Amino acid sequence: MLIGRVVGNLVATQKYAKLEGAKLLLVQPLDLAGKDRGTTILAIDGVDAGPGDRVLVVQDGRAAQLVLGKGTSAVDAAVVGVVDAVDLQG
Amino acid sequence: MLLARVVGTVVCARKDAGLTGTKLLVIQPIKTDRTPHGKALVAVDSVGAGAAEEVIYVRGREASFPFLPAEVPADAAIVGIVDRIHIGS
Repeated sequence: MLIGRVVGNLVATQKYAKLEGAKLLLVQPLDLAGKDRGTTILAIDGVDAGPGDRVLVVQDGRAAQLVLGKGTSAVDAAVVGVVDAVDLQG
Repeated sequence: MLLARVVGTVVCARKDAGLTGTKLLVIQPIKTDRTPHGKALVAVDSVGAGAAEEVIYVRGREASFPFLPAEVPADAAIVGIVDRIHIGS
């Protein structure tokens, strides 16, 4: 799982049927220092996250399908948590 | 399976119901000489790992298997704590 920041959402009227009703979020991956790294990814929202939230994102088909809850589906990323704190040792 | 060192913890009050009760750890992948390798990530703990320990982790759909029959939406899971690494004869 990676930590990212929600930077927006996305609307697609015409989409894969099982994505009907799913909220799509644009998430910018962050490094441990909280800085942007890599390109923005698109994930379904499982926790009602919003812009500015620091979130936990899974990037695996099975995990994302469990969040969507519609069996085998064409999804590969999902927001599974809103991060309250990250504690780093040392 | 890959090697990593536990470098931190993550707290999420609001999370997917499938993650309730799980421990989320920040891990830094390492090479066999124990130097960092690549980007840190967050993994679900299935073995009681803790701070600074060297661990074995899996990525992908297999990450949810240690918790079966519970369906945990995870893409990385810690599945072992390293006692020692031996290389060579």
